[in-house]
Amino acid sequence: MNKEFISKSENSEDKKAVFKEFDAINQEMVAKAKEDMVKLVDVSVELDGRYILKDINLTVKRGEILVIIGSSGSGKSTLLKLIIGLLKPTSGQIWIDGKNITMIHEDDLNEIRLKMGMVFQYSALFDSMSIGDNVAFGLKEHTDLDESVIKEIVTEKLGLVDLKGIEDNMPNTLSGGMKKRVGLARAIAIDPQIVLYDEPTSGLDPINSKVIDELIVSTKKAIQATAVVVTHDIKSAFTISDRIAMLHEGSFVIMGTPEEVKKSENPVVKNFINGFVT
Amino acid sequence: MLSILSGIGNLIFQKLELFGQLVLLTIDTIKRLRFLDIKRLVKQMAHLGVDSLPIVLLTIFFTGVVITIQTAQEFIKYGAQSTVGGIVTIAMGRELAPVLTGVVMAGRVGAAITAELGSMKVTEQIDALRVMAVNPVAYLVVPRLIACIIMCPILVVFANVIGIIGSYIITTFYDSITTQMFINSIKVFVVPHDITGGMIKACFFGAIIAIVGCHKGLNTAEGAEGVGTATTESVVLSIILIFFFNCILSALLY
Ligand SMILES: Nc1ncnc2c1ncn2[C@@H]1O[C@H](COP(=O)(O)OP(=O)(O)OP(=O)(O)O)[C@@H](O)[C@H]1O
Ligand SMILES: [Mg+2]
Repeated sequence: MNKEFISKSENSEDKKAVFKEFDAINQEMVAKAKEDMVKLVDVSVELDGRYILKDINLTVKRGEILVIIGSSGSGKSTLLKLIIGLLKPTSGQIWIDGKNITMIHEDDLNEIRLKMGMVFQYSALFDSMSIGDNVAFGLKEHTDLDESVIKEIVTEKLGLVDLKGIEDNMPNTLSGGMKKRVGLARAIAIDPQIVLYDEPTSGLDPINSKVIDELIVSTKKAIQATAVVVTHDIKSAFTISDRIAMLHEGSFVIMGTPEEVKKSENPVVKNFINGFVT
Repeated sequence: MLSILSGIGNLIFQKLELFGQLVLLTIDTIKRLRFLDIKRLVKQMAHLGVDSLPIVLLTIFFTGVVITIQTAQEFIKYGAQSTVGGIVTIAMGRELAPVLTGVVMAGRVGAAITAELGSMKVTEQIDALRVMAVNPVAYLVVPRLIACIIMCPILVVFANVIGIIGSYIITTFYDSITTQMFINSIKVFVVPHDITGGMIKACFFGAIIAIVGCHKGLNTAEGAEGVGTATTESVVLSIILIFFFNCILSALLY
């Protein structure tokens, strides 16, 4: 009733023009977004009246590794949760592989999530399932692969994180670092095009950290995967990244190649990097 | 005065909101029933149903005993000893078995569901499910709801049997009530609907326990304390809703 009234009362010529303009903008954005696997436009997150993230703009190209650094509580995990749709932004838009996911329904989001994997900061393994079932979870839920094929893939992925032969163990029998690596194996089990890593190497010994760093780079090379890596480990940030972005109090203070970040004169950036490098 | 009124108003709004959320979760679960996984269903039926059998049997057995102790004496006084079996069976079948099974299940199963889902929530396992493109309602709530709806009435059948056995054992202590009398009175007074009505109630109670348990679990606040609070709230709310719906169902069914 109401809608009819409004549409009749408007000049139809005007309306056409507006629609055309809108369409053009829309198509332009879709085209642009297609080159970008992850794109955030003016994204803000407000929780309990406080801005956790403010006016974030970010693009990650296909096959790129973007490392996000920043002090504790600066909003890094929140940013990853936005990208994978666990959290809705208060304002702004989020595009994944050319699709605007800002407002879409969880069921449609799940189609896009099949292309994505996430390593949680605290592993988030399913504690009622064995390690093998954890890693196999995505394959069992979303593919028709044979039990034996799945088993092979699980063995292979666990091998990649240097954890062969623990398929039948339960998560609560593992150390924190081992859980983290299982979480990583689980995230890459379905060969996702976009992988989000939330501090994949925190709590790991130097040798295993290096294994994981190499794994992130090799995954990218093998399947042209795009990666967003949150880390506190400045050294690994500089080795694995194509670009580095630093979050500070909910906004980016710098975004650029490792060289640009190293040369930065911004005191916040300088302090943060030097605090860890020395 | 005004602040008291606004406090009451707020409370009512909160309760209505909670009720709305429960209805929404129920609708969402029904929409996703086709994702039911038989293996997970059987696991839940064993975990939530079969494992509850001992405590249900124990509770209802003693209820059968105590209700007979209380009634037999009085009935004998008025010469109505020949009706004890029938009266107890009707009370059992219509009210005591379903409601008490519901309450016991709320304490055991409802709490277990909330604690499990709650700890999954606070350790981000629910988020992990979502990230791996699996809907938590389809994966977690659907099998639990169906398991509870199937297992509650089955438990009620066992409860009826054990309750009547408890009652019978007590009547053997009274010389004026014979076994024949006990069985006959059941035959005369009790119709199948007395039992099936109770089973229908139990289906609803099972649904209440599962939906409330899952809702409280999925909405647990951060931390171990959150899980504790959610579990308590889940049991309390389930029991209240069971008694409330019992009134409505009794009016509708009998
Ligand atoms: N559910 C929530 N409700 C309210 N505030 C939240 C919530 N989750 C996170 N925050 C706040 O958001 C801010 C950013 O949190 P986030 O977890 O993204 O930080 P982080 O950069 O990942 O930190 P860390 O390096 O310690 O993991 C913090 O100040 C935190 O207090
Ligand atoms: Mg974090």
